[in-house]
Amino acid sequence: MRKLARACVAGLLLALTSTFSIGSAQAAEEVSVISGVMQGPMGEPMAGVELSATGPDGFTADLTSAVDGSWSFEISIAGEYFVTIDPTTLPSGVALTEPDKLTKQVIVFMIGSPTPTVKFLTGDGPERDPMWQTAMQLTLDGIILGITISLAAVGLSLIFGTTGLTNFAHGELITLGGLTTFFFNKMGLHVVLAAIISLAICALIGGYAQDKLLWKPLRRRGTGLIAMLVVSIGFGLLVRYVFLYIFGGDKEQFLQYAGQAGWQFGPFSLTPKALVGLSIGVLLIGLTTAWLLKSKLGKASRAVADNPALAAASGIDVERVINVVWILGAVLAGYAGVMMGLNQGVQFIMGSDTLLLIFAAVTLGGLGTAFGAIVGSMIVGLFIQLSTLIIPTELKYVGALAVLIIILLVRPQGIMGRKERIG
Amino acid sequence: MDWTFIFQQSISSAVGVNAIIFALAAIGLNMHFGYTGLLNFGQAGFLAVGAYTVAVLVVNFDVSVWIAFLAGIFAAILLALLLGVPTLRLRADYLAIVTIATAEIIRQVARSVTLREYFGGSDGITGKFGADFFAINPFPAGLDLPLLRYTPNDLWVVVVGWGLVVIFVFFTYLMMRSPWGRVIKAIREDEEAVRSLGKNVYLYKMQSLVLGGVVGAFAGFVYAISRQSVQPDNYSTALTFFAYAVLILGGAARVLGPVVGAVIFWFLLVFIEQTLRGLVNIDKIPDWLMNQNQVGQVRFMLVGLGLMLLMIYRPQGIFGDKKELALDARA
Repeated sequence: MRKLARACVAGLLLALTSTFSIGSAQAAEEVSVISGVMQGPMGEPMAGVELSATGPDGFTADLTSAVDGSWSFEISIAGEYFVTIDPTTLPSGVALTEPDKLTKQVIVFMIGSPTPTVKFLTGDGPERDPMWQTAMQLTLDGIILGITISLAAVGLSLIFGTTGLTNFAHGELITLGGLTTFFFNKMGLHVVLAAIISLAICALIGGYAQDKLLWKPLRRRGTGLIAMLVVSIGFGLLVRYVFLYIFGGDKEQFLQYAGQAGWQFGPFSLTPKALVGLSIGVLLIGLTTAWLLKSKLGKASRAVADNPALAAASGIDVERVINVVWILGAVLAGYAGVMMGLNQGVQFIMGSDTLLLIFAAVTLGGLGTAFGAIVGSMIVGLFIQLSTLIIPTELKYVGALAVLIIILLVRPQGIMGRKERIG
Repeated sequence: MDWTFIFQQSISSAVGVNAIIFALAAIGLNMHFGYTGLLNFGQAGFLAVGAYTVAVLVVNFDVSVWIAFLAGIFAAILLALLLGVPTLRLRADYLAIVTIATAEIIRQVARSVTLREYFGGSDGITGKFGADFFAINPFPAGLDLPLLRYTPNDLWVVVVGWGLVVIFVFFTYLMMRSPWGRVIKAIREDEEAVRSLGKNVYLYKMQSLVLGGVVGAFAGFVYAISRQSVQPDNYSTALTFFAYAVLILGGAARVLGPVVGAVIFWFLLVFIEQTLRGLVNIDKIPDWLMNQNQVGQVRFMLVGLGLMLLMIYRPQGIFGDKKELALDARA
């Protein structure tokens, strides 16, 4: 009964998963409670500190400390749980004494038995300045988020433009980039090298093979666009849970640069890794734009988006263009995954959680226009971060999605879209 | 391996509350997707609105459960109008994006800490909010068959649930034979042609969205009452995708499609899951290949794969008619 099972999928993934689990998962009636109290340096309770928890079987919970500083959540499966604190939600003047240990591990051997209390030690931290400084920092965060979204959104938009497919599995390309980078990183490669290999895999499997083996045959069969949309939903669900099956449900950090200290530029605080990640992201988007505008293939892809039949008649190899667009889209999305992994860690759900924001960005910019997707992404990114000045952080995505609906009411073709596309 | 237990679990799922909830959700989707061609990916939102309206009104405001049901229907109508007004004039995939986004908004608002005192945060609301409903339970004893056991209250829920399914199936049957139904199906086939006949396509689509949404709210009622609790994460997009799998499995645009789909879907799902669980327990499947936690994840992979294969090879489902359903959005 108290069999302690070590879960690992095939020998080579041994290093990846270290989830402990207990024999019977069916005794769901009993629960254990994992709890803790957030206290400041003087022992005063701290309310409104945000924490997140992950555990076996894809368990996740978002928590906020109550007025007396306490927080807790119930679990019904024994195993290894992780509680992560969001240090930016600590009150002004308070900081963690171990700023690189944001995640604490709790192992629950048996449901029903008491669990150890989770403690985060705090000390005096920098006084945080009011509104305008927060706003400046949020603007920077918004730009980073906007670039991340636009990396994925450009690919989604290009694929939609050339094939008409609304790809609900595009988020899984982000996860593929993040998780394979983590995989090779854990195998012993430096994260930069791991990311390069991961992007090659994204191009080969996520882009080239996905198009050749799944979508091209469907186009050949003459499968309708709505049917393909439903196929992409099924495919996304399948891939997402294959990721969970192999990699487990925990949020993981890359081995290098995990707890990096931030640089202070005036009102902005930025970690070097975020700066490097952002620069490469901007560069990739710049290169994609140049490719679309200047190169022969890029122009051809716009021609295919405009009118596939006419493009084919004027000698453009439509299938080749579509394949190249898939590869490009997969690499860009994969890099978005690497960037998210650097800043927030990787998890099987990271891509599908971002998917709705990507759709919001693409719709905002106008479906099928790559440049619109970039503009839309930056607006969504900035809006999400800056809205936390007014609304609670946990509802920031709600605000972005609500704006999407309002935009559709007012200007359904999006900011840069053409009217005839929407009818 | 305990085959009796496995069959018992599978059958009680296939004729029990799970099948009822998904049959109702899929009947609503059938109205949207099967007959009208509307891509509603926010059916979970309609269920959530129905379930939460009942739970919140009864537990927090002490309203009679019957009035709460009426309020739930009203809330579903409002949600349908809210979704339809901005999107029904646009191309099909806009509705898909907006509905999936709205369902997520509803879930995230329901689980937010900010509104915890109303919606109970991520724990949801638990309470005896079905008391009025169970008070009129006519069954003094439960059911005790070899493969099927119910407590009196469960039996009451199941009987009422299947009653609702029958009513809505019959309703769909009548509607689709009426002139209204012919217009609806014509809209799915060729919107422009219907418009050229002087019909107000927008209005018809809106009516379809409202009707299907209300059926979805009933699925939410059954969900809430049967468990005597509502939890936000039960109403995630996965629920919508499961309902689509049910609908397409049984056959979209078929009156009985959702019901047949729900029964087969839940029987297969639970049967495969319990068999795998049994095999893992007696170590027929080695631990490095699959452990107890991973068995639960196989369910989602199967649904995903099933949805793909059905849509590619048999989009009309088991009983559907391929001619009935010409799915294509790009005009």
